[in-house]
Formats: sequence, C-alpha cells, structure tokens
Amino acid sequence: MTAFTSLLLRDMRLATRVGGGALMGALFYFVVVSMIPFAIGPDLNLLARIGPAVLWIGALLASLLALDRLFASDHDDGSLDLLTMGALPLELTVAAKAIAHWLTTALPLIVITPVLGLMLNVDMNAMGYVALTLLAGTPALTFIGLIGAALSVTLRRGGLLMAILVLPLTVPVLIFGVAAANAAIVGPAPFGPPFTILCALSLASFVLGPFAAAAALRQGQE
Amino acid sequence: MKSDSAQLICESLACERGGRQVFSDVSFAVPAGEALIVTGRNGSGKSTLLRVIAGLLRAAAGRIELSGGVDEASVAEQAHYLGHLDAAKPSLTVAENLQFWARFLGAPPAAPLEPALEAVELATLADLPAAYLSAGQRRRLSIARLLAVKRPVWLLDEPTSALDTQSQGRLAAFMRDHLAGGGIIVAATHGPIGLDHPRELKMGIGR
Repeated sequence: MTAFTSLLLRDMRLATRVGGGALMGALFYFVVVSMIPFAIGPDLNLLARIGPAVLWIGALLASLLALDRLFASDHDDGSLDLLTMGALPLELTVAAKAIAHWLTTALPLIVITPVLGLMLNVDMNAMGYVALTLLAGTPALTFIGLIGAALSVTLRRGGLLMAILVLPLTVPVLIFGVAAANAAIVGPAPFGPPFTILCALSLASFVLGPFAAAAALRQGQE
Repeated sequence: MKSDSAQLICESLACERGGRQVFSDVSFAVPAGEALIVTGRNGSGKSTLLRVIAGLLRAAAGRIELSGGVDEASVAEQAHYLGHLDAAKPSLTVAENLQFWARFLGAPPAAPLEPALEAVELATLADLPAAYLSAGQRRRLSIARLLAVKRPVWLLDEPTSALDTQSQGRLAAFMRDHLAGGGIIVAATHGPIGLDHPRELKMGIGR
C-alpha cells in the first residue's frame, strides 16, 4: 500500500506545484461559466433555468482539460516505464493516478461551484444540490477520461483525440447529472432516481476504468 | 537478497516492432554475480532486448525467467531498468524524486535515502528542484534509485552516457559491488564500462 499512497501523494504534489494542472482546471471552469451570462444576456429566469446544465458542461470540459497529460507526461520522461515495473498491479497504479487527478482537479471545481451559481442566478439552496450531483458524477468523468488518456498516451497531439473519444462516453453522466440537479431545483420529477443512476455510473466507471486503462497502456507498449 | 543459484535465463527470444523483426532466437543465461554486456551497431536491438527483459515490450517468442528469484514476482518486478530517460519530475526536488521511486519500487518505508544520494554526490543538492539538474546529475539521480532499492537484476541501457569520468568510475564501483553481492547485470553499451571479464552478447548478426 506504500506504493499506492506514495504515487497518490506524488501526483497530488505535482498537480499543485508550478506547471501542474490543479489550479488551471478551476480557473478554466470559472472562465467558461462566467462567459455564459455575457453570451445569453441578462435574462435572470433563463439563466436560472439553464444554470445547472451550464455548470455541468463547464465541469465536464474542465475535468478533461488536464486529463490528456495524465499518462503522457509520465510517458515522455520515462516514468511510465518504471511505474509498470513496480510490484503494484498496473490497474491500481492507474487508479491511484486517477484518484489524485480527481482530488486536485475535480474537487476544487465542486468547491467553487456555489460561487459561480451566483453568476447564473441559481439560488443557494439549489446550488447545494448541483454541487452534490457534481460530487457524485465527476468521479465517472475522471475514470472514463482515464481510458481515453491511456489510449492516447503515445500520440503527440493526444489531447484532441482524447476529447473526441471521451466526450461521447460521458453523455449518460451529463444527462443524469443535469436531470438530478433540475429535479431538485424545479421538479416535478423526484431527485432520487437520476441521482442514484449517477452514483451507479460513477461506481461502475470506478471499477471498469482502471482495468480498461491498464489494458490500453499494455497494448500501447508495442 | 537471493540465493547464489539465481540465474537470469532468456531462451530463443524474438521481438517484432512495426512489423519488422528486430531480433530473433536470442538465448543466454547470466548466473548471479556476473555481468552480460550487449554490444552491436545502432538499431541492432540492444535497447529493445533490455526493454523486453524489463517487461516493457512484449516478446514475440521465447521465455524469460529468473530462476532462484522470488517465485510469485515477475522478472520486471525484480529488475531495475536504467534507460535513456531519467524519470525525474522537474518540479519535485532531488530528494522527493528519489523518495518517490524508492517507496514505489518497494524500498522499506523507514529506509534512509541519504546514503544513496551521498553515493552519487547529490546530497548537497537534495532540496533543489530536479529542473535545475544537468544531464549528468539527472543520470546520477537515476543511478541513486538502483542503490536505494535492492533488486537482483540491473538492466542498464548506455549507463555511462552523460557521465563524466569520475562518475563513470563510481558507477563501475557500484556495479562491482552489486555483482559481489550476487546481483546480475545486463548492460547495453558501445564502450567499456569498467567491469572485469564480463560475458558478451553481440546483437545484429541476423539483420
């Protein structure tokens, strides 16, 4: 377990140091979401209605932002070779990297979400629900994105390919995430079912993502 | 570390990359305490052979085994690979880089890392971010990894590149210590690396 925690801590440290992606994701999220009111105009009712969807789209794009470097940076400097030579199974190695990525990229997004809600005229009570759906749904985004990151690791311009590969797979997460948030805010559908499915998506990708990503990395060793 | 009967055995290894056969039917055995020097021209498959042994490339055919090693661990888990890249993160300090690899590759958590850093003469730079290291210093940081974590097999790809004469001498001393302790070394190299009477494998006959 030392190997797992040391990798987790090392990736978190890298993300928060100079050149790391932790703050970038949160800033990108902030910028994207604050552009929306400028584009839509000062229609407060409309903003409140589309607010949860905008926040979810922003979170989706921001969480993909740093993901393409997740394995590529380790591949470029030879670290990936050594990571596969550890006694830790590759599935756990990639899981540790994904958890570190979620903690440093997705968690700050969720923390600043209530502040951004003010800009979209979403009231404080509803913001709690949106943040809750993000908390439940962003692990799915990270672990689905993990597969794309592993597939595109050896490509020079892997970032774009990764977005094309990963974004369609995140559609269910987006649908149920926004559905749960809207159910909590405007009703009349109950909050429970879409939220439960959202949790299920996260749990399933938490299990499947590391296996698929490890398989993709092994395949990429050719 | 291991019994004296340990032996790294490779039998009729073959490797293909991009549809081209890099080498085929490579067989050798290296007993504990001995070194194998892999020589050959550029592109003859020296690096590829080391990467196959390290489990970083799939062999198209053949068998790799460390007899007398730990049964449930793969050869890759019992080997150190020193490649062309140094696996040092620029934003981490020298000590943090080494500490991470030592923990990840299985050094006991309480083991001190200062002796390894002192052995490669990086102790005074321990708190410097690795971004500021020269190529030779980064190489020495990689070598410190081999000293910090005990693994029976060392796979060295051009280990002396970027090292000055003094550091090359130190590396040779580390290798002799490793062999004296019953270790195994497989090194790909163009020049002498300071070992007495190593076995030699010439690659690239079948190109």
